[in-house]
Amino acid sequence: MENSNPASLSRRSFLHLAYAALGSLAFLESGLILFQYLQPRLGEGEFGSKIKAGLVNDFPPNSVTHISNGRFFLVRLAEGGFLAVYQRCTHLGCTVSWEMAQNKFICPCHSSHFDQQGDVENPPAARALDLFAIEIINQEIWVDTAKPLSRQSFAPSQITYP
Amino acid sequence: MSESEMAPTNDSHRNRFFSKISLLVARWMIPTDDRGRIRMVVDSLILHLHPSKVPQSTLKWTYTWGLGGLSTLLMLILGVSGLILLNNYTPSAPQAYLDLLELRANVWFGEWVRNLHHWSANLLILVAVLHLVRVFLTGAYRPPRQLNWVIGWLMLLLIAAANFTGYLLPWDQLAYWAVTVGSSLIAYLPLVGEGLARLALGGTEVSTNTLQNFYALHISFIPLLIFALMSYHFWRVRKDGGLSIPKTSAAQEDGRMERVTTIPHLVQRELVFALVWVALLIFIAKLLPAPLEDIANPNLSPNPAKAPWYFMGFQELLLHFHPTLIVGLLPFLLSILVVSLPYWDNRFESVGVYFRSPKGKRLTQLAIGTALVVTPLWVIADEKWFSWVDWLPFLPQWITMGGLPFISILVFFLLADRAIERWFRASLEERVLFHAAFLLTAFVVLTVIGIFFRGHGMALVLPWQG
Repeated sequence: MENSNPASLSRRSFLHLAYAALGSLAFLESGLILFQYLQPRLGEGEFGSKIKAGLVNDFPPNSVTHISNGRFFLVRLAEGGFLAVYQRCTHLGCTVSWEMAQNKFICPCHSSHFDQQGDVENPPAARALDLFAIEIINQEIWVDTAKPLSRQSFAPSQITYP
Repeated sequence: MSESEMAPTNDSHRNRFFSKISLLVARWMIPTDDRGRIRMVVDSLILHLHPSKVPQSTLKWTYTWGLGGLSTLLMLILGVSGLILLNNYTPSAPQAYLDLLELRANVWFGEWVRNLHHWSANLLILVAVLHLVRVFLTGAYRPPRQLNWVIGWLMLLLIAAANFTGYLLPWDQLAYWAVTVGSSLIAYLPLVGEGLARLALGGTEVSTNTLQNFYALHISFIPLLIFALMSYHFWRVRKDGGLSIPKTSAAQEDGRMERVTTIPHLVQRELVFALVWVALLIFIAKLLPAPLEDIANPNLSPNPAKAPWYFMGFQELLLHFHPTLIVGLLPFLLSILVVSLPYWDNRFESVGVYFRSPKGKRLTQLAIGTALVVTPLWVIADEKWFSWVDWLPFLPQWITMGGLPFISILVFFLLADRAIERWFRASLEERVLFHAAFLLTAFVVLTVIGIFFRGHGMALVLPWQG
């Protein structure tokens, strides 16, 4: 009970406490340093940075174009809006391909199907293909590939208009 | 003062006396010829690892099948061949792949060393699993050896991790997509999965960052951990009183245990066994080239894209169930069951008896037979007719592909458990044996189906039609 009184904290137990606190702090710091150290490293101009897909007029409405260095499909919907659909299947990470004849994305690994907007038509994939954020500056289409935006299904708010 | 000076003098007298005696004895004991002296050094090295005597019955080849020893041998071969391979490898895309082409074309014995490393690594997975099966079937995991069972389980996980990280290093299409699929499996772990996969990959996709991360894990962290655990594993074998002792009818009758000296009885067998396997591996490495496909292309998934063969059982399950169930719940439950096993399935009497009892042997045969028939039928049925998703389309996938099938399988298992308990009057250990045999066989069947019977778009095909 004496120890609960701060005045009775002996020099020895104070030092023990201080060692323990500083030790834990150092341990925590090392952990954080390691965690930060292992964070993904991104290069300029390659996948992971902002990538220029082209000019708005390069892409006719109702078309799907594969931008291979950005790892995405630039979809221009019939009504003129854009979607940048990440090519990585949401099931196990294979690269989907656009099958023009069937008007859908098909994953070769486990035959998940997705429609033009990226919505699941056929499992095992459980959610729609991821998107990248699109920015249109002076008719130039810029796609930020730093972080895929995951979504359950397609919503009109995901479309970017020129 | 004088007393304290006296004491060391006394001691040194005594020391000199004893050293003279021991020198006398040693002169008489140490062989005078070179051959004998080397022999003595080697023997004393061996006796650091092994006890001086071992029970005769544990030497029986058909009891242990030498699986622990073979694992050790393969680890040694992997260590040495891995060190050699380091000299001709750059962990960077696409240089890694170019290095492999160079290794194959212009390095003396380059291809052979790579083959040796490749086949030893793949064989090690198989042998380590068989070692676990042997220890399970003979009840050797039970007290006092329970801790070594847990260490062994950890080492099996580390071996899988070592294989998986090594799989990426050639940087060909096979490596790239197997690791893409494998790391996407990790991403399905609840809560931490996404972050963990991102950290392991060093980004959103498999890249040079991934290659560097995997390389570091493959050549330093994982081998160091395995080496530490292996040393402890060996030490514990001696601490726990050596191997479990097979119970033959003769030994049970008179209850005595014959012991023989390690040198030469055990060491000779180990040496012959190791030499036979080294010879076999040399031939395999000469005859069977390790696969090397085209250079990795992130924009082109091969069809079908498959995980490394030892993960194909999981990938097959993923075609039928929700990922969280297969990647999260299943390994979690399995680990808990395996690690806790020696603490509740611990009857001492049947340690050292294959299949616990004659009834246990019959039940094991029944379990294996049932699994061999039921698993392929279930895969076909689930592919063709069975679909909670289609029957209940308004429910989310985690119920139709996760909860419902999981509960139906659990109910099926409980019914089977009651049935064998009632019909065969099976005891706890015999029921555990039945379920383990069933599950392991089913997993092996799933793995075989995944490797050989899945073709274009992962549709079911016959291997000779592909």
